[in-house]
Amino acid sequence: MTAGMADSTAAPRNWPTQAIPAAYLTPGTGSFADFLRRAEPQLLPGNGVAVGHLAGANPSLHAAPAVDFPHGTTVVALTTADGVVMAGDRRATQGNVIAQRDIEKVFVADSHSVVGIAGAAGLAVELVRMFRLELEHYEKIEGVRLSLDGKANRLASMIRGNLGAALQGMAVVPIFAGVDLNVPEPAKSGRIYSYDVTGGRYEEHDYYGIGSGSIFAKSALKKRFRPGLAPDEAVRTAIEALYDAADDDTATGGPDLTRKIFPVIVSVNAVGATRWSDDAVGQIAEQVIAGRMENPGG
Amino acid sequence: MTLPIYASPEQFMRDRSDYARKGIARGRTVVVTIYAGGVLFVAENPSPTLHKVSEIYDRIGFAATGRYNEYENLRTAGIRLADVRGFSYDRRDVTGRWLANAYAQTLGSIFSEHSKPLEVELCVAEVGWPGSAADGSADQLYRISYDGSIADEPHFAVMGGVTEPVVAALDASYTDGWDLPTALRACVAALGAAPSGNGSGTAGGSGTAAGQGRELGANQVEVAVLDRNVMGRTFRRIETPQLTALLGGTADAPPATLDDTAVESAPETRREPNVRQRDDDPAPEGPPVTGTADRANDSTATDGDPPAPTS
Repeated sequence: MTAGMADSTAAPRNWPTQAIPAAYLTPGTGSFADFLRRAEPQLLPGNGVAVGHLAGANPSLHAAPAVDFPHGTTVVALTTADGVVMAGDRRATQGNVIAQRDIEKVFVADSHSVVGIAGAAGLAVELVRMFRLELEHYEKIEGVRLSLDGKANRLASMIRGNLGAALQGMAVVPIFAGVDLNVPEPAKSGRIYSYDVTGGRYEEHDYYGIGSGSIFAKSALKKRFRPGLAPDEAVRTAIEALYDAADDDTATGGPDLTRKIFPVIVSVNAVGATRWSDDAVGQIAEQVIAGRMENPGG
Repeated sequence: MTLPIYASPEQFMRDRSDYARKGIARGRTVVVTIYAGGVLFVAENPSPTLHKVSEIYDRIGFAATGRYNEYENLRTAGIRLADVRGFSYDRRDVTGRWLANAYAQTLGSIFSEHSKPLEVELCVAEVGWPGSAADGSADQLYRISYDGSIADEPHFAVMGGVTEPVVAALDASYTDGWDLPTALRACVAALGAAPSGNGSGTAGGSGTAAGQGRELGANQVEVAVLDRNVMGRTFRRIETPQLTALLGGTADAPPATLDDTAVESAPETRREPNVRQRDDDPAPEGPPVTGTADRANDSTATDGDPPAPTS
């Protein structure tokens, strides 16, 4: 509606409590985060609560990063012949304790992108929830999807919003990947973005990893990655990398055959983003483990 | 000091109603109905980009007629309301009844408090969960008028333009649990029963117009569905190529249920794996992939593939 209409609803007398609040009727952008900031700031993640509240209740947070909240660990992504594959281990740690053995750190963000998280698990999951809604909201309001770069930039600004908490040791560092539908060759359409806690956005080539085990995972990928891998070969490569990370990093969980807990795998191509079933991942994970039975170093 | 001209309250409200009603009658007609697979929206709309039908939330769709700028703002507000509620509670807590009530309160308040009533008529449709009854008993159609009055329609809602011939045509053709091609053809035929242009602003010409029957082509209607059988986001636009096929003859009638060939962008929540659809894939034996739907472990559960880009 026109601005005039918005003004006329700005301070209505007798406005029913169940009616749409005036702020919802004012023109704005297609960004859900921007809208929340303007209309419902109390709902924003980390809106003074995560930082001020926690720090106030526990001043030691300022001194040393607390170790008493769960951390997510290793996520890797690599490009394939027709897009990208992202894989994340399932462990969350809290100090020396395994906080959760089947946490999920890789999420389908929208139809053609995927996001993985490492760092403070609570904040990170909330960030992903917000990010997915941001993409969906934009699409519903505007009628078209954001470009892949547009999505990556939105994620960067949302991480920047968490900077205060990051400085207190509650950093959230995601990895974002997707298919750029404007690129005609499938082999070049997959793109990977990494971030730092200040919201810096960096495009990575071929492969990347985040989290505590990423040093080892990236070393494994450096040796195993080949351009133009078929999706299932890429999944195998990713699981090998996570295995190597779990081999050397206590915070990363390897495939758990006893409980049937396997890495979360999402592959993205021009058709869409697909989460692999546990059965499919389990088969490949068993092949990886069978290989390590003969050669523990891979 | 001059006194304002006296108008009785009855006259005052009647004038406002007439004003809004005339504005709505100048619009083009929208039909919302329930079919075997969910909820079907059919709008006479020659523009491929200025939509009269839109997605609000996972299982909620929106159709409107009247002034574009006014209902577009209400549509945006509805999406914001739904997304905020889903964000602060859970996606399941966003219901059509609640949203229709918010719209009704808003329209009613503007009608009685503001100098100009909104010249819009809305329909909020909510589709039932997968597995619910195909006769539409689990689906809801709320029709909301310019004055905030709200009606819960059991079978179909007709809004905007000259509605009488459209309602008469649908009354004659509606059957419980009709399939998509049947329902779609009946709705398009019913829209064609309305006089073209709808410019008169009165129902005066409708009696004769009912017999004329215009033929509406695939590029003159905007069609979308809420697909009852998917989890997550259910709203799909049916774009012109698929629409032409659905409206076409019965010889090669498309399947009754909406399948991937009938919709522009196949949702990832469909059961078939979609990673192997490229012909040049090496295609090892069936990679058992599931859809991304995984509500149990996923706090946001945006597990549907968004619908096709709308232009």
